[in-house]
Amino acid sequence: MGEPPDMPAGQPPIVPSGAGEMARVPRLSVRNVTKTFPGVIANADVSLAIHGGEVHALLGENGAGKTTLMNILYGIYQPDAGEIFIDGRRVDIRSPRDAIAHGLGMVPQHFLLVRRHTVAENVALGLRETGFLFPARRVEEQIREAGERYGLAVDPHAHVWQLSISEQQRVEILKALLRGAEILVLDEPTSVLTPQEAAQLFTVLKRMKAEGHAVIFITHKLDEVMEAADRVTVLRKGKVIGTEPITAVDKRTLARMMVGRDVEFQLPGRLDTEGDRAALTVEDLWVRDDRDLPAVRGVSFAVRQGEILGVAGVAGNGQRELIEALTGLRPAEKGRVIVPAREVTNRSARELYEVGVAHIPEERMRTGIVPQMTVAENLVLKRFRYPPFSRGPLVDLRAVGGFAIQMIAEYGIATPGPRTPARSLSGGNIQKLILARELSAQPGLIVAAHPTYGLDVSATEQIHRLLLHRRNEGAGIVLVSEDLEEILALSDRIAVLFRGEVMGIVAASAVERETLGLMMAGQRS
Amino acid sequence: MRQLGPLRFEHDPESSLTRTMFVSALAIAAAFLVAGLIFWAYGVDPLRAYRVILVDTLADPRALPEIFVPAIPLLLAGIGLLLAFRAQFYNIGAEGQLLAGTIAATWIAVFTSTPGPLMLPMMFITGFLAGALWGLLPSLLKLRLNVNEVITTLMMNYIALYAVSWLVTGPWKGPSVRGFAYTDTFPDSAWLPYLPGTRIHWPTLLLGIALAILVAFLLNRTRFGFEIRVQGHSPEAARYAGINPLRTTLLVMLISGGFAGLAGVGEVAGIHHKLLDPSQVSLGYGYVAIIAAWLARGNPLAVIVTAVFFGLIYSSGDVMQVSLQMPARVTDVFNGLILFFLIGSERLLHYRVRWMPAATNQTVPATLPEEQAASGRERWKS
Repeated sequence: MGEPPDMPAGQPPIVPSGAGEMARVPRLSVRNVTKTFPGVIANADVSLAIHGGEVHALLGENGAGKTTLMNILYGIYQPDAGEIFIDGRRVDIRSPRDAIAHGLGMVPQHFLLVRRHTVAENVALGLRETGFLFPARRVEEQIREAGERYGLAVDPHAHVWQLSISEQQRVEILKALLRGAEILVLDEPTSVLTPQEAAQLFTVLKRMKAEGHAVIFITHKLDEVMEAADRVTVLRKGKVIGTEPITAVDKRTLARMMVGRDVEFQLPGRLDTEGDRAALTVEDLWVRDDRDLPAVRGVSFAVRQGEILGVAGVAGNGQRELIEALTGLRPAEKGRVIVPAREVTNRSARELYEVGVAHIPEERMRTGIVPQMTVAENLVLKRFRYPPFSRGPLVDLRAVGGFAIQMIAEYGIATPGPRTPARSLSGGNIQKLILARELSAQPGLIVAAHPTYGLDVSATEQIHRLLLHRRNEGAGIVLVSEDLEEILALSDRIAVLFRGEVMGIVAASAVERETLGLMMAGQRS
Repeated sequence: MRQLGPLRFEHDPESSLTRTMFVSALAIAAAFLVAGLIFWAYGVDPLRAYRVILVDTLADPRALPEIFVPAIPLLLAGIGLLLAFRAQFYNIGAEGQLLAGTIAATWIAVFTSTPGPLMLPMMFITGFLAGALWGLLPSLLKLRLNVNEVITTLMMNYIALYAVSWLVTGPWKGPSVRGFAYTDTFPDSAWLPYLPGTRIHWPTLLLGIALAILVAFLLNRTRFGFEIRVQGHSPEAARYAGINPLRTTLLVMLISGGFAGLAGVGEVAGIHHKLLDPSQVSLGYGYVAIIAAWLARGNPLAVIVTAVFFGLIYSSGDVMQVSLQMPARVTDVFNGLILFFLIGSERLLHYRVRWMPAATNQTVPATLPEEQAASGRERWKS
């Protein structure tokens, strides 16, 4: 794949060429940073400059080197080569402590808060000037003040475990701000938020920008870049592909910069194969979670053959328990699950597989494959006990090997061979392996949990095509995803889960994102 | 990746056979080195001690076959343990399962009137069943109540040990042994034949080798073996694949305990020809078999080699006692050191060590994965 000719190749200018910005010294500039790991160049000669009062998006696919770069800025990794300047002075960041001392704050994707402590205690934890006794007291006022200034309202006395995910994120941002962060790095901040919460976050970013902070915003979502950023730097395979003001680009250009080729946003259209028969009927289903609390509370819905039912919702609203109950991995307390002509409530995973229920699990590496076993063995993980792969008590290795070669070719799994351990495959290829295994059994119902989570654009596109293809062949699909874009792009109808209940089921073609967002926050349609 | 002096450690989850053998040899060498310190503290020249262990034991035509005496029970119990470890069931109870086997075999030999030709087969069958039964209880506790199997299997060892003690001092004490704590000697039909001039009861040895091959076949070629491997690597994936953990674990433990039971039968029918004090019946074979299974790194055929290796350590203990006047218990210290270094070296299996003085930041281009990804895409059909 070659470089698109119209892309600015090589290094971007350290000082952007925007009018009026020419003379300013960037708040943070990274010059020619290179970082390698065995066999991989994570960052190759990366240079970028971020100014005070700007939101700078760092866009790239998974594995493009965004996180490595941020870990270098935060002192977790040391670069092999290159320099970092803050306000024009060269700095050496050897640890997160150094980073904080230089005014660099990080809001991690997975929050690092003490759940049993209050907000004030969590904020006080990293501050130097708190007293030995009652450290939290002095910061309460600061939390209130900063909260008002930036629109980050949160009760300092609340315990972290009582807070919603977006409130916890606010605490992380407050933590960084009160430690004196002038440059704030947010790693994939919207992945856990509803659209409304994301919009609120962008308002906060605007206020911080107005106060003169520099904000680095790591993402792989194009819409967010267009909405929130002033400038964007695109990384691909460890290299800077370009830095552009947001006014000079559109989604298509960004996608091309990110992937290195044109991305087809158009997915295959739906065929009119929708049958009258239900591929799955769920009636008043109740399921408890690991703590024995009701997680799915009286859910009813049906999925027709040739239909994708998207299940939207903020993480932790009963999606996992619903999926596990549908696939035989968790007992249902009450209610019925019916696949064509058969009630399968509380049947084992094996029986459900036998009646044609495929499951694309949420945790690819832990559940979906056995990482130490070979690609060929993983491809028959569920089928090894049926002919032609078994002969009496034996496994027919020749049949397994032949099937693997066929699947590798048919699904384009990039692997050195069928006998390679599955763990050495990339995330996208592991997911293709799982899809090959699940879809080749010609299931009537597919339960797919976050099927493209963490995958790059091209793998995502391939997975989407495979699912749509199976739908057009007449399978019913339950698609659970936190990515609203994905739900909207693939689903025929969308059910929204909130605290274990269905807030409503709407046709995907007729629904507004805002409506879905409200439903995700608990409003019934 | 870590730099340690001129050495660079690179993470590499695939451990090749050569690396496994090298790391294991390194661990054993380290154990020998530390044991040398102990010999030296004892006033014995370490080099002389090594020579006694390796040369005197191996070169002496009378000492050499003695290696196989402990190797036989280690082999049988070791294969069973290896199977349990492959299913992620940490069976520490081979000693008790072995003793359970000796009880059952003794009962058949001394207290039933089994006709001659059926005697040995019946002893092996009941010995297997008794060992399996001894392994069954901990596995049920694990599966039903999630009780840690390390604790329960270990505790079951003491129950078996004291059961044997009680039997030989109480109800089973032989009328013809004039007050000693044994049972009566087994009838001739319950004696295993020896290879001439040795104490190698060859039928048990053959059984051990055959079972090692059988287990290798079971793991690699059968549906049940596939289930064991999935379960052992990832219980989550096993559940997802519809593998019943209850069935897998129970069967594995039946086999594992049963094999240890067979080892016990071999000891009473091949060596002692009576049941006696548990510390004499088994010289800790059930525990050392854990090390032998661990050293085999999951390969059933490798247990044949590791069992013989620990047989060598055992018999070297006798030689050291005689020619160096050291207590035979020194072999326990030795075994402990070997296990210590084996487990300690486990992490090294997943690292490639390279000689890289002056750690220049070499860049290794990532062309290969890219090329593969590209060709994968070309083959893609939607």
